Amino acid sequence: MKTYTDTGKKDTRSGFGAGLTALGQTNPDVVALCADLTGSLKMDEFKANHPERFFQVGIAEANMMGLAAGMTIGGKIPFTGTFANFSTGRVYDQIRQSIAYSHKNVKICASHAGLTLGEDGATHQILEDIGLMKMLPGMTVINTCDFNQTKAATMAIAEHHGPVYLRFGRPKVANFTPEDQTFEIGKAVHLQEGADVTIVATGHLVWEALEAAKALNEESISVEVINIHTIKPLDTDAIVKSVKKTGCIVTAEEHNFLGGLGESVARELALHHPTPQEFVATNDTFGESGTPAQLMDKYGLNAAAIAAKAKKVMGRK
Amino acid sequence: MPDIAALEDLVTQVRRDILRQVHKVNSGHPGGSLGCAEFFVALFQVIMDRKDGFHMDGKDEDIFFLSNGHISPVFYSVLARSGYFPVEELNTFRLIDSRLQGHPTTHEGLPGIRVASGSLGQGISVAAGAAETKKLNNDPHLVYALCGDGELQEGQNWEAIMYCAANKVDNLIVTVDLNGQQIDGSTDDVLDLGNVRGKFEAFGWLVHEVANGNDMQAVIDGLNHAKNMSGAGKPVCVLLQTVMGNGVDFMMHTHAWHGKAPNDEQLAIGLAQNPETLGDY
Repeated sequence: MKTYTDTGKKDTRSGFGAGLTALGQTNPDVVALCADLTGSLKMDEFKANHPERFFQVGIAEANMMGLAAGMTIGGKIPFTGTFANFSTGRVYDQIRQSIAYSHKNVKICASHAGLTLGEDGATHQILEDIGLMKMLPGMTVINTCDFNQTKAATMAIAEHHGPVYLRFGRPKVANFTPEDQTFEIGKAVHLQEGADVTIVATGHLVWEALEAAKALNEESISVEVINIHTIKPLDTDAIVKSVKKTGCIVTAEEHNFLGGLGESVARELALHHPTPQEFVATNDTFGESGTPAQLMDKYGLNAAAIAAKAKKVMGRK
Repeated sequence: MPDIAALEDLVTQVRRDILRQVHKVNSGHPGGSLGCAEFFVALFQVIMDRKDGFHMDGKDEDIFFLSNGHISPVFYSVLARSGYFPVEELNTFRLIDSRLQGHPTTHEGLPGIRVASGSLGQGISVAAGAAETKKLNNDPHLVYALCGDGELQEGQNWEAIMYCAANKVDNLIVTVDLNGQQIDGSTDDVLDLGNVRGKFEAFGWLVHEVANGNDMQAVIDGLNHAKNMSGAGKPVCVLLQTVMGNGVDFMMHTHAWHGKAPNDEQLAIGLAQNPETLGDY
């Protein structure tokens, strides 16, 4: 069994900040917009290095999305930064009309996604954003798992022409993917080969999936772990190929089961290779205040929950 | 000096185009379109420094954004008659598989359209973004936008209006079509806009009023004046007083024709009041 090492806990939003800083040096067309959350989004360094390419829009996210759409006209590549809730639900119609329908090259970069922003509670935790964004025609939807992957994804999306939703989070989590990785949009990453059950995870739950696999392995259960960083377009081939081998699948995400990764996987399997599936996701609920660990435990989004669902789905084969 | 008589002939033809487009499919928005005919003709024929052909990036030319996308009939007519696409294509307005969607979109690749609009309140933001990019590109050309007066009820406008003043977006000229009407009635009755000039000025904009937005010379003079006001560290707003339904007597001074098409008889009356000048499509 392949093992992964946490090289030191880091927040994925800092991965975004590092990626943006790097882009600032290499791509003169990249501009950044922020709605009064520069520090939270880790955009300070880009701002300091390139004040002329940094646009503070104030607490006005709707205007930020429109500005970003307009900035593409003339060749700029705008990266917008605010919390996931204010990046999607608050500005859905602006994204829909001015960015997605108009096919503008805007990168919507969203921190504090899911439950793990913690104590601020449900007003700031969004568990619906993947669904909102993946329903928009032409929108690419990415949810990265650690610092290194978020940095790589941030740099990769600048090279992709078209609207992108990049989702990441607040807490410090295990940093275990390679520092020098090449990020391929739409390409699943096989983390571990296995024969008994497939676990497909995205975002913060990828590390939890690896932890679950380790625990299951001690019970002689062979687990295949796939990191799906791109929810749309989904790497159907990788998933189908895996379940043809294992015969069952668990999807894991920090999102509502409605509209999330699990639903996207279920559709592809229904079309191509019907397979028993269990969902690790929130159960059509809002979040609440608490520490990230408490919330992930209460809402069943950790390694223990994934391992339990893996055993359950194996029993349905 | 522009040939005012020739421009007025074009306006008359544009009015015919508007009426015929909406009549054919029995849908669309003639009222606001008719009221803005002089504005569009002045902007595209006289005011804007435009390149030949259509380039989405709009580099090194003046560009325009329509925020109140429902007045697409006048936009399409003036774009076609300014050479962006064949005039005959006006025949496809709102038909299946047409590039001339009910509300303008980039989705079908219609030359002249740089962003979709129709869901109201978004155009000033988009235009401001394009203006910021022009500054980054050291492109001295201007960005123009048109929005409706009722549309100012949308909050996003005021986010954008605040942004533009705070950030000295002085290469942007936003025209507000002050026709005083919206779907449910007069703007005074639906949601009183109050002192629009005072609001823009309080937000830090330079404001120029054009009292007769359906007089070709007055519109040209007003837009030229606005051009001269640009570049002074403040965004520029033109308050253009127009008459909804202008040029077709039974459509004037009422919200009734905001989104209603004329029947055969009404079309005939409207066309008789606007005799063919440049040739129907």
